[in-house]
Formats: sequence, structure tokens, C-alpha cells
Amino acid sequence: MEFSFTAEQDQFRESVARFMTDKSPSSDVRKLMETDDGFDPNVWRQLCGELGLTGIHIPETYGGAGFGPVELGIAMEEQGRALLCAPYLSSSVMAGYALLTSASEEQKRAWLPAIADGSQIATLAISEDLGLWRANDICLTAKPNKDAYTLAGRKRFVLDGCVADMLFVVARTEAGLSLFKVDTSAKGLRRTPLPAMDPTRKIAEIELAGTPAELVGQDGGFNLDATFDSVLVAFANELAGGAEAMLSSVVEYSKLRVQFGRPIGSFQAIKHRCADLMVEVELAKAAAYQAAQQLASGEEATELASLAKATASDAYLFAARECIQFHGGIGFTWENDTHLWFKRAKSSEVFLGTPQEHRERMLQAVGV
Amino acid sequence: MNQSVDSIRDEARSWLKENWDSSLSLIEWRTRLAESGWAAPDWPEDYYGRNLGPAEVAAINEEFAAAGAIGGAQSTGVRSLAAATLLEHGSDEQKRTFLRRILTGEDAWCQLFSEPGSGSDLAGATTRADRQGNEWVVNGQKVWNTSAHHADYGLLVARTDWDQPKHKGLTYFIIDMRQPGVEVRQLRQMNGHASFNEVFFTNASVLPDHMIGEEGEGWAVAVTTLAYERRGFARSRDIKIDKLWSGKIYDQYREEVAIANEPYTWYPQRAGRVDLVVQRAKETGAIEDPVIRQKIAKLLAMDKSAQWFAARLREDQKAGRAKGPEGSITKLAASNIARLASDVHTSITGTDAMLTGPESPQNGIIAEILVSVPAVSIAGGTDEIQKNIISERLLDMPKETRFDTGPFKDVRRN
Ligand SMILES: Cc1cc2nc3c(=O)[nH]c(=O)nc-3n(C[C@H](O)[C@H](O)[C@H](O)COP(=O)(O)OP(=O)(O)OC[C@H]3O[C@@H](n4cnc5c(N)ncnc54)[C@H](O)[C@@H]3O)c2cc1C
Repeated sequence: MEFSFTAEQDQFRESVARFMTDKSPSSDVRKLMETDDGFDPNVWRQLCGELGLTGIHIPETYGGAGFGPVELGIAMEEQGRALLCAPYLSSSVMAGYALLTSASEEQKRAWLPAIADGSQIATLAISEDLGLWRANDICLTAKPNKDAYTLAGRKRFVLDGCVADMLFVVARTEAGLSLFKVDTSAKGLRRTPLPAMDPTRKIAEIELAGTPAELVGQDGGFNLDATFDSVLVAFANELAGGAEAMLSSVVEYSKLRVQFGRPIGSFQAIKHRCADLMVEVELAKAAAYQAAQQLASGEEATELASLAKATASDAYLFAARECIQFHGGIGFTWENDTHLWFKRAKSSEVFLGTPQEHRERMLQAVGV
Repeated sequence: MNQSVDSIRDEARSWLKENWDSSLSLIEWRTRLAESGWAAPDWPEDYYGRNLGPAEVAAINEEFAAAGAIGGAQSTGVRSLAAATLLEHGSDEQKRTFLRRILTGEDAWCQLFSEPGSGSDLAGATTRADRQGNEWVVNGQKVWNTSAHHADYGLLVARTDWDQPKHKGLTYFIIDMRQPGVEVRQLRQMNGHASFNEVFFTNASVLPDHMIGEEGEGWAVAVTTLAYERRGFARSRDIKIDKLWSGKIYDQYREEVAIANEPYTWYPQRAGRVDLVVQRAKETGAIEDPVIRQKIAKLLAMDKSAQWFAARLREDQKAGRAKGPEGSITKLAASNIARLASDVHTSITGTDAMLTGPESPQNGIIAEILVSVPAVSIAGGTDEIQKNIISERLLDMPKETRFDTGPFKDVRRN
């Protein structure tokens, strides 16, 4: 098992980080979060083209770069740090992994290249009215209809659900949990944006009323758990990046802001809380990195995926809260950037399951 | 990486096949180990090692355990601190003299840093070393010195210049503990054990070539010892010898370990015994309680993450990518983990947590956890000191205002 990064991986991180600093300054985040689509097509093209990030973890046979979870983790961490607004988690990560784990060879060849080069945006619809994410929580049903299927029901919290060109929907058939592709112009499909507390992530409600759908992979063959684990690992890395951004921000501000004739960062009360924060952030990074290494090694990753998600989202929220606190009044303003990360941290706390749910899942994964 | 792990594993296995010999005495065997580079594979090649990384060392340890072969003695007690300090700052001759005997277990060590008047403020030490003729003469007192009652040598920080500012007047020595000028008295701790001591020096002598580093540069050497100690709060690299192996060398080994570990029997307990948590919760039924399950999961996640952090730190250190004081993160995490573990054990145990002794839960282990955990946040530098280090040296936040600059003799002290 590897615990650290190779020189190539460090280089890759540097180039991704440079891109993020250039292309995702907070002024752009603010502009994009006010738009309906929530991303800049120009930046998206560069992210897909120049950097090839959208296909980083997708095998070369399907048009990707053929790297694995560790490189994807690096890409996610740097996006999280910069709060990049882009349909990356939805398309490359969620839909990408859903297809990789469950689609037929032919379907992978048909759809993954467009996800890998970013020419199409895909998303994966899992949760429903109750906002739950596990296999047992899926109620939406698919009925066979000649050689196709029809779907009826409602999905919620679908990431980038309104802009997606390809909709993948998890549904239940008699054979069990299955994945379906729904054409965005299909009859009976309605996509409505949900008002989001975190405006940097666009979420949608998707209603399906007898909507025709194409089965992905085998009937009853959707491996939600495996998809979920891979997605969680990438997501945890994004959260670790966001958490570290908050730590840097609070430390930087504490060195600048003067009260009582000295920088507030010279007060031990503040230094000690920053040190506590650093420990949390470093443990979150360690968990996220290790989960990625575990996934890359091909071994069972459920325990680590859930552990990393819970640890990283807790650390992120803690960091964002401290960052607001140590900014004082300005920290509570719209003008100060901290709330952008705070909202990302808050929405990420519950997206794909709360830390409590993941701690429980982590225990169950090892039979406790 | 994995390739090199596999090949080193093969090499270790075949070396053991040819060389492991349980009819040797423990010292003979360990001498063979030291000289072949298998006792401390992570040490430099020039000094009994093979310059290997943590993954290879882990593979080697597995091979040793599988063969029932005994490893080097360097990880017990303060030997590891002595070794790390010597490797970084020792003279060639000091390394040759002491490192081999650390590997063979011939010498035991202790750390003589803290004093009644200066603990956190280690650089405020007032134990003095004065040059007289061809030797150094030491007078003063140290305290809280773990395993000094077993030690052959001590890592001593003493003041050699009172006119310099505090950090500049210190020198680092190796002191022979087996001499008339050194008196060791055991101190009883709140958990009933007596692992640490007070040590009194009355005209004790230090040989001139037992100074580590230069005169007046003891602080830098002490920082190395401390940084290593802090990183070590997540380390466990003993080769586990199965209880079933029998024979003379194993008896000698068990005896040596028993003596060397005597001051440390409660150390696993002070770290919180995270390893017992799940089994205990199953036994008491607390595992059904969703609130306790959350606490357990949180504890396990913290504990694992801290180990992964420490493993990455070791690799980064090896590759020259670390800043140095990151061990303070390991140390602070260990404190947090120990405290949480103590709480979790209390929740799991319930009212039985009022009991102590062999009849109490887990043969008294739980009680020992509860009364030992408070040591973690003090020993090796308190939590507050780790936070100062993290904020000032890792996060580059402003330093505290100092009131202790200028010649040490004029600085206010206890
Ligand atoms: C089990 C155990 C084993 C030990 N083994 C050894 C050993 O082998 N060798 C050895 O030399 N020592 C050893 N020690 C001693 C240990 O290193 C010291 O106890 C420790 O560094 C604290 O010093 P002190 O006891 O003098 O407390 P003090 O330094 O007096 O601290 C008292 C309180 O003040 C706080 N404080 C001090 N300075 C600051 C500051 N700048 N900012 C904020 N708060 C501050 C401390 O955090 C603490 O809470 C051991 C201690 C224990 C408990």
C-alpha cells in the first residue's frame, strides 16, 4: 500500500492547481453561482481539453487518460480548494463511475468518450423525495415495455440535472436495482431546478411520467454500492481540498488583521485553534488520500470510502466555521468569500449521506 | 515501489533461512543482525542499515515474524530516540560505538531533559556542565525521566554558558548513568506505576568525546530528539514474536523485553487502547447503542487517519519533503485520540468504570486506561506546546512576545 504521492503525481497536482488559481478565482465563482447553468463553458472546454481532467480516471479504451482514483483525487482536491464551478462531480465522477461499474462494453464505448472529453455532460440520479442514497432507499420503478422500459417517479438532489445532456437514473425493476439512460427530450420528463442553499452546486428535481428509458448494463445489475464507494472517495478528496483552503484563509487573515496593537494571529487563543484545525485537516487529507489508494489497489473500499467522506466533511465544516469566526463581522458578510466555502461545506455534509450515516456504513462494512 | 518491496521480502526471507539460528545467544544473534544490515533496515547503509522505506521495512518485519526471528532492540524505550539523535548529529565514532549496542540491546537509555524549574520551557534548563580539565562535570537535577532507573546512558541537555541567551548556552551530552555522581529516585505516578524518576547529579562526569554536536548547540540536537519523539506517538514497529516459540534465545529475549518494557507496560493504555473498543462494545452490548456507535466510528476514523498521516509523513521525511515539526500533528492527534478513547471506554463500560484492579473490566485494563490517558497530553511536550509549534512553525503565525531574551543569567525563572 502506498501512503504518499509520486513525483509525477505531485507535478500533476501543481498543474491542476495552477489552472484552478487562474480559472477559478472567487470573482468567477461569484459570477457563475448567479447563473442557471452554474459553469463557464470556456473554462469547461479548457478543463476537458488542455488538462484532460474530465477523463482522468477513465480508461484509454473509452477515451480517457487511463489514470486512477489517486489522480482523480488530486483533481478533485484542487477543484475543491478553488471551489471550481463545473459539472465535474456529476458528469465525470458520478455518471462516469456508474457506467464504468455497470454498463455493457458497447455502452461504455458509446457514452464514456463523450464524458471523458467533456463534449457531453452526464449526471446520475439516485436519491428521491426522502433525500436518501442507499440501495434500499430507491423506490422509483422501471416497467418493461416491449424492448424498452418506462420510468415513473421523481428524483431529487440531482447534481447538474438541468444542464445534463445524458441522464442516468437508478430505478428498481423486478430483477432489482438497475440503471437507465433517459433521453433529455423524452416524453414525460420534467427537470426543475431546486433552490440551493449552496449556489455553487446546481441541483434539480427530475420527474418521470411513463418516460421511455434505455437499460444500462444488465437488468437488476446496477452496482450502486461500488459506484457509491468510488464517488465518495473522489468527493472526500474534494472536501479535503476545501477544508485546507479554509485553513489557509483563516491563517492568512489572522496574520493581517491587527487588534490591540498586534496581529490577531499572535493571540494564543487563535493560534491554538488554528493548530487544532490543522490536525483535523491533515487527518481528513490522510483519510481521503488513503481511501483513493485503497480504491486504486482494487481492494474492498467501502469502509475507507465512508470513513473518508465522514472525516472530510466534518473537517470542512469545522474549518469553514472557524474561518468565519476569526474573520469577525466581515466573516458574516456577503462580500467576504468565506461563505462560499461554508455553503459548499454545508451542502456537502448532507450530499451523498451525512457523516453519521457514513460512520454507521463504515462500521457495517467491517461487520461491526 | 511494490516491486522493490517484493524483492526485499525475498531477500530477507532467504537471508533468514541461512542465518536465523535460535541456538545463538540473544546478543550474538543481534550482533549478526546489526552487522548484516537487517536489524535496522531503515537506517543508513553506513551505519548498520539499508536505507529502506517504511513499506520495505514492514515487509521485512513480516518475514521476521513468520520465521520466528528476533529483531533489533532499537525500538524499545528511549533507544529509538538515542538512535535518531545519534544518526543525525553524532560523530562517526559515537555512531559506531553506540548504535550497534542500541541494536543489540546491550545498552538502555533515558532522556534527561525536563527539570523541576523547566519543562515546557526546556531551553530554560539550569543543570550545569562545566569543563574541568579533560572532562565535563555535571551538577543539578532532572525530573520525570522515564526508565532512568534501568538506563546505562542518558541523553542530557545541560547549560554550559550562562552569559549567552538561553537557547545558545546549552550543550547536548551522553552521560554514563552508572557512576557515583548520578542518583536516580523513582517517582510514583497517578496510575500507581513508577516509570519516571528524578535524577540528581553531583559532580558527575561526562567524557569529552561524549558531547553530541558542538558546545552551545545543544538546542538544535534536542529539537531532533523531540521531533522524533513526537512523530513516534503513532509508531509501532516491533516485530511480534509469537508466544509459542520456545528455546533459550526466546527466553533471553522475553527477559530483556520484560526489563526494557517494565516502565512501559501501561503505555498502550495511555494511548487509549483503541484496539479493544469494538470487542468491548460487543461484550457489554453497547454496540447496539447508536450514540455509542457514532463515537466508536469517530474514534476508529481518527485513529486510522492519524496512522495514515504518520505513514505518509515517514515517506515524505525519507524523501526530504517534510518541514520537520509535523510530528507535532501526530502528537496532538494522539492526545485527541487517547482522550476520545478514554471517553468511549467509559461509555461502553458504564458504572463498572468505577472499579479498578484485576477483578475489574478487562482485568483492570479499562481502569488503567482511564487513569493513564492524561499522560499523553503532557509527556513529550504538552498539547499547548504542540499547538504553539504547529501554529508558529508549520502555519508561520506570529511568535509569542518573549520575555526571556538576553543573557540567561538575567532571565526570570522558578
Ligand atoms: C509520563 C511522562 C513521561 C515523561 N518522560 C520524560 C522523560 O523521559 N524525559 C524528560 O526529560 N521528561 C519527561 N517528561 C516530562 C514532560 O516532558 C514535561 O512534564 C512536559 O514537557 C511539561 O513540563 P512541566 O511538567 O514542567 O509543565 P510546565 O511546563 O510547567 O507546564 C504547565 C502548564 O503550562 C502550560 N504551558 C507552559 N508553557 C506554555 C506556553 N508557552 N503556552 C501555553 N501554555 C503553556 C503547559 O502546557 C501545561 O499545561 C515526562 C512526563 C510524563 C507525564
